[in-house]
Amino acid sequence: MKSLSTRRRHPLAAFVVLALALAFAGTLFAAFLSPNSASADSGTSNAQAIANGKALYETSCSSCHGQNAEGSSYGPSLVGSGAAAVDFQVSTGRMPAQQPGAQIQKKAVLYTQEQIDEMAAYIDSLGGGPAVPDSSKYQVDDNLVQLGGVLFRTTCSQCHNFAGEGGALTDGKYAPSLTQTNPKAIYEAMLTGPQNMPNFPDTVISPMEKQAIISYIVTMRDEPNYGGAGLGRLGPTSEGLFIWTFGLIALLLFAVWIAAHTTKASAERVAKAKAATGAKGGKE
Amino acid sequence: MSTSTSNEEIVPTTLGGKASDYLDQRLGIAGAAKKNLRKIFPDHWSFMLGEVCLYSFIILLLSGIFLTLFFTPSMGEVTYNGSYTPLDGIKMSEAYASTLNISFDVRGGLLMRQIHHWAALVFVMGIMVHMLRIFFTGAFRKPRELNWLIGFTLFVLALLEGFAGYSLPDDLLSGTGLRIMQGIILSIPIVGTYLSYFFFGGLFPGHVLIPRLFTVHILLVPGIILALITAHLILVFYQKHTQWAGPGRTNENVVGLPLMPVYMAKAGGFFFVVFGFIALLGGLVSINPIWDYGPYVPTQITAGSQPDFYIGFFEGALRMMPNWEINAWGHTLSLNILIPAVVVPGILFTGLAIYPFFEAWVTGDKREHHILDRPRNMPTRTAIGVAGIVFYGIGWINGGNDLVATHFNLSVETITWVDRVLIFVGPVFGFWLTRRICFGLQRRDRDKVLHGRESGIITRSPEGQFSEIHTPLPQGDLHKLTAHDVHRPLTLTEVTDSNGVPAPKLRLAKLRARATRWYFGERVEKPTEEEYRQAISSGHH
Ligand code: HEC
Ligand code: HEC
Ligand code: HEM
Repeated sequence: MKSLSTRRRHPLAAFVVLALALAFAGTLFAAFLSPNSASADSGTSNAQAIANGKALYETSCSSCHGQNAEGSSYGPSLVGSGAAAVDFQVSTGRMPAQQPGAQIQKKAVLYTQEQIDEMAAYIDSLGGGPAVPDSSKYQVDDNLVQLGGVLFRTTCSQCHNFAGEGGALTDGKYAPSLTQTNPKAIYEAMLTGPQNMPNFPDTVISPMEKQAIISYIVTMRDEPNYGGAGLGRLGPTSEGLFIWTFGLIALLLFAVWIAAHTTKASAERVAKAKAATGAKGGKE
Repeated sequence: MSTSTSNEEIVPTTLGGKASDYLDQRLGIAGAAKKNLRKIFPDHWSFMLGEVCLYSFIILLLSGIFLTLFFTPSMGEVTYNGSYTPLDGIKMSEAYASTLNISFDVRGGLLMRQIHHWAALVFVMGIMVHMLRIFFTGAFRKPRELNWLIGFTLFVLALLEGFAGYSLPDDLLSGTGLRIMQGIILSIPIVGTYLSYFFFGGLFPGHVLIPRLFTVHILLVPGIILALITAHLILVFYQKHTQWAGPGRTNENVVGLPLMPVYMAKAGGFFFVVFGFIALLGGLVSINPIWDYGPYVPTQITAGSQPDFYIGFFEGALRMMPNWEINAWGHTLSLNILIPAVVVPGILFTGLAIYPFFEAWVTGDKREHHILDRPRNMPTRTAIGVAGIVFYGIGWINGGNDLVATHFNLSVETITWVDRVLIFVGPVFGFWLTRRICFGLQRRDRDKVLHGRESGIITRSPEGQFSEIHTPLPQGDLHKLTAHDVHRPLTLTEVTDSNGVPAPKLRLAKLRARATRWYFGERVEKPTEEEYRQAISSGHH
């Protein structure tokens, strides 16, 4: 009983170790402080929101994007970027950007949703651009999952992997994992094409198709691993790694164990023979 | 066992005994059985690696038969409407649809698929590890070179079998793998295009490939593998198993346990251990979740498209190769594919196949060997093996360069460049280091023989000198540490004398003399009897 339960625990334990190792790499760049600069604002009217947004913008964004969002050598112009871009960039913790590198990293979100909306309103007032989508547009619709799957495999999986686990691009850039991203941000990412991601405006992927893709992503990531421990859903590489580490060690231990044990009778016989002649030779 | 093979006068009373007696009277099997069932097998964990291959192959056959009952080897298009809803209404090949069906609608189907696939990984891994043990212990030496060749063929067939199986479900990854395979075929000069048309029955992907692969995967290759395994085991049986050096073990005998009942009981037990282990994996750990990948559509691709590990080296070599091409006379010679996918593996595998013959040529050793080498006692061979492992390993890692990049926060280009350098430098370094380690271990063995084992007891002499007491080794250990031959390089005259080489072959003879110097030029001598006596009588150390 005991040995069965310990053995059963082994594959899972190895899986947990594997998952932890993978998660560790992920958390490395997620570890950041979140300063509490939020001050409750009660700007209700649109004009008030734009004014508040402008103020926020000037303190934390203008150093890179320019006093009037015209751009500088540190950041592109935001005129025409639209509210969706601001909402995506700030609510996923990409903006305000910090360390330069191959790709701007996600950090803890610094602003309340209200403040984000105000900055978005300000940028929107400068030159329009894609608006923050209405929540009905990114509702998960079970009937669209199948279509979403086809679209996802045609347009997204080459960068984001079949299960949305992410993948490497050139020069240290990478497509991030989509397993935590909220549906709104997925919609906005398609709409605005952040950094190295191409953008997919409504003329390329219609709003209904976007909703289908979101339905697929959300359904798939909530789906259980039907086959047991999923090994990070990375495909054959993690399976190979698993068998060459856990599998090989386990089989070798079994082999050593069986080779070292023998039946009582023959062990006695071998011992007796050894005592008599120094060794037992079965001449063949 | 209910019959007794030791006394002819016993009248069988049990059912089994009567049955055996019945058969014996008609077929006369008792005599043969008596001889063979008492066949002696030596006992060592590393001798069980071959069994891992055997057992996982049996599991592959059993689970594979189950799968063929439900799999449809056809590329005909159907619309899926089984119970996996995320793919409901999607057009796909019958092969893919039937694999989904096995996974979600056939009772126990997913378990069987996973057992089959895990068993395949264990099979190929087992073969690789078994082969390494044969290599490093010198079990391939005369008279077992032919069995090495049979084993090598099994290895190649196992890769082929695995690739064919991986391609059958027609999911996105298997289709991607086939597409790469087609690229490799196309890169073969002159005949490539024709070969591709021949295999795929026209343009890629065509309609005949999966039915063809199915025949290859369930009939052709397994049939040959089964026949070769039989031949392989008959040879092991007939030539007898090798053994480690030890007191009473000579090149002429085998010391161990009789096949019946002890070895059989162990082997049978080990079968169930392997079976149980693979069944546990199949039940608990997901493998090849084809429903996540989606059906193969030539316009689709996913990040992290990787083959099963045993094809990983080829994938890595392809990813490593710079993009070189030669364009001449309206033809393209795709060195970028030809070299990593055809030339390099060709050299690697040929080297593997002929190694026993190469070594025999270098050493000029024509004796039979039934006592295994400890890897340290053949430093150059061991180092060649390690260099090979490093070479293969770097290719392997590069096959997953994208995953290494994302998980260690590196760039794919950096990894690829590092691997491009390492694939040349790594094996050389591995070779050098391994030889150093082997010599070090040999020297330690020599020390142990002459001065005994460190006892951990420190004494202080009246003069204040500290020394550790060494306990002499027991006779058995002394034997093990000194049983091996110390080879010496052949001089040019020896080479020519032994073959009676005429002048034109002098170049070859020189090469051979040089090769033996490379193998045996540096060596650690065994203690001579005199040295041993002196060390014993001198008392303290
Ligand atoms: C350290 C400099 C820096 C700071 C501070 C900064 N940004 Fe950025 N931002 C950038 C850079 C660089 C890019 C371009 C990234 C790319 O596409 O490679 C960018 C891109 C953006 C984009 C996407 C533009 C588009 O057209 O898709 C938005 C929106 C944005 N920033 C908003 C903001 C907001 C809002 C703030 C303040 C909260 C901010 N940024 C602070 C450097 C900065
Ligand atoms: C050429 C490769 C590429 C393709 C194709 C692509 N993406 Fe991206 N995607 C990226 C990169 C690179 C980023 C990271 C951008 C950044 O950090 O600013 C990204 C980021 C995202 C994010 C943000 C994730 C997060 O958690 O912040 C989402 C959501 C997303 N992509 C969805 C999609 C969807 C849906 C599709 C298919 C319609 C798609 N992507 C196609 C490369 C790609
Ligand atoms: C289908 C794959 C294989 C199976 C089922 C298999 C099975 C076995 C078994 C059961 C033994 C006896 C036990 C042992 O020494 O481990 C053995 C011995 C041997 N195998 Fe294999 N083997 C396979 C592949 C290979 C390969 C790839 C090679 C090398 C290229 C190889 C070379 C040998 C040799 C030389 C022996 C004799 C070893 C000795 O007597 O010490 N085999 N094999």
